[in-house]
Amino acid sequence: MVGQASQPSAAAPKVEVRDLTIRYGQKVALHDVSLDIRENEIFGIIGPANSGKTSFVRALNRMDLFTPGMRVDGTIRFDGRDIDKWRNVYALRRRIGVVFPLPVGLPMTVYDNVALAPRLNGIRKRAVLDEIVERCLQRAALWDEVKDRLNSLGSLLSGGQQQRLTIARALSQDPDLLLLDEFSIAVDPVTTMRIEDVLKVLKDEITIVLVTNLVQQARRLANRTAFFLMGEMVEVADTEDLFTRKTSDERTQAYVEGRFG
Amino acid sequence: MGGVSAIIFIIGIFIFITKEGLPFLLGRFDIVEFFTSPRWRPTSEHNPTYGALALIAGTASVTGLAMLVAVPFSLGAAIYIGEFATGRTREILKVLVELLAAIPSVVWGFIGLSIMNPLIIKLFNVPVGLNVLNAGFILGLMAAPIMTTIAEDALKAVPDTYREAAEALGATRWQVIRRVVIPASKNGLVAAVLLGVGRGFGETMAVLMASGHSINLPTSIFDSVRALTATIAAELGETAVGSDHYRALFTLGIFLFLITFIINLTADLVVRGIRKK
Repeated sequence: MVGQASQPSAAAPKVEVRDLTIRYGQKVALHDVSLDIRENEIFGIIGPANSGKTSFVRALNRMDLFTPGMRVDGTIRFDGRDIDKWRNVYALRRRIGVVFPLPVGLPMTVYDNVALAPRLNGIRKRAVLDEIVERCLQRAALWDEVKDRLNSLGSLLSGGQQQRLTIARALSQDPDLLLLDEFSIAVDPVTTMRIEDVLKVLKDEITIVLVTNLVQQARRLANRTAFFLMGEMVEVADTEDLFTRKTSDERTQAYVEGRFG
Repeated sequence: MGGVSAIIFIIGIFIFITKEGLPFLLGRFDIVEFFTSPRWRPTSEHNPTYGALALIAGTASVTGLAMLVAVPFSLGAAIYIGEFATGRTREILKVLVELLAAIPSVVWGFIGLSIMNPLIIKLFNVPVGLNVLNAGFILGLMAAPIMTTIAEDALKAVPDTYREAAEALGATRWQVIRRVVIPASKNGLVAAVLLGVGRGFGETMAVLMASGHSINLPTSIFDSVRALTATIAAELGETAVGSDHYRALFTLGIFLFLITFIINLTADLVVRGIRKK
């Protein structure tokens, strides 16, 4: 795992963040963060509540556009292109899948949930949609459980299933980047482990940013991990180093060992 | 207590109008004549007839046109207020809509008489401006604020997480509204329209003033018509208590009551459908 982490660094980073500061009105949620996210890695972000993790994810997806009062300074480059300069923010979002903390099964059928994004992109052929729906549900490890009830309401699935449905939906437009914001908060441990297995496989094809409040989850999954604390990035390092006291910062050590937070 | 007394009042009203109308229903009433004859001549000395078809057609045509006006207006307004307007604009608009809902119906009727009437005569070059078009338009404007308020509540009941989830998939604002918000609030929107229809059926004063109040099976929107409600309002004061005419008017009342009851019940069931999901 550790070996893999340093390997792709030769290539240009998937996401380059420079001097990122996020404010809500007067309040600074994240201050002056610079980091790189490499292609095909799982990039973990850990930190206690209110440390700016979610704001960071929202900025990557340009969610600030529809959040009154949210202001983003600094630059974020996605595949080398400044995300502020994308002509069309919707095209950017189609390349980024997002999974929110609480599962959101949209009030439509399981099938329509997954087919929504392809349909927005103008795909109409039933056969093509069928193929996308099956593939995404397979990749999210949900297919076997729902294949017989694709036409029942997505919002009626259990919490863990809905969260995997959300992942399937996020995968439905073949994103290059998958953002997971504390996905396991409303999911039982068994389902969490299943989703974690899914992520390990997905990483070969897409880049994953994993925001988590479970320190051990970052340790299990992430190639590199950043530690956010009270709106600052304390440090970013290979996950193994972060957890084996090779880091310089005492606050990180205290946090990962569970002494606060 | 409030709920119980409301139920008692409603049952009381129903018993009262039934009691007053029943002797006619059991005696002089001819159901075929009532629903198929357009001749409402209760005051004829030799041969009074009680055909309500023209009145039903009057109410239906005015309400129908009112909905054609009100549905697009109010749904559009609800979507703008609920999904696009923010902060002050939104608050001001909501207050304005509620103010519109508070205009008394006689004032609307007055607008129909004194503004719409000459305007229609001038614009369409017709002899009379008090007709289906006038009443329907006025009624549409009257029903729109209530429908807007209820429709906006329905849109607001859609959780923001749905909107965010759809936006994260790259949906534009309109796609979010069309694909996610409207389907999710469908029941509430239908209920809003139904309550608007109920309002249209029950409205009296404005329709009385703006429709021309002449018994007619309308063939165009420039025909004057007479509504069920307006008939009751205009004639009840001039009948002898206990006469056939008096009781026939109460029969119209029972009919109206049943229709609005069915409409409101349907709206209620539709709204309850939302909660079950």
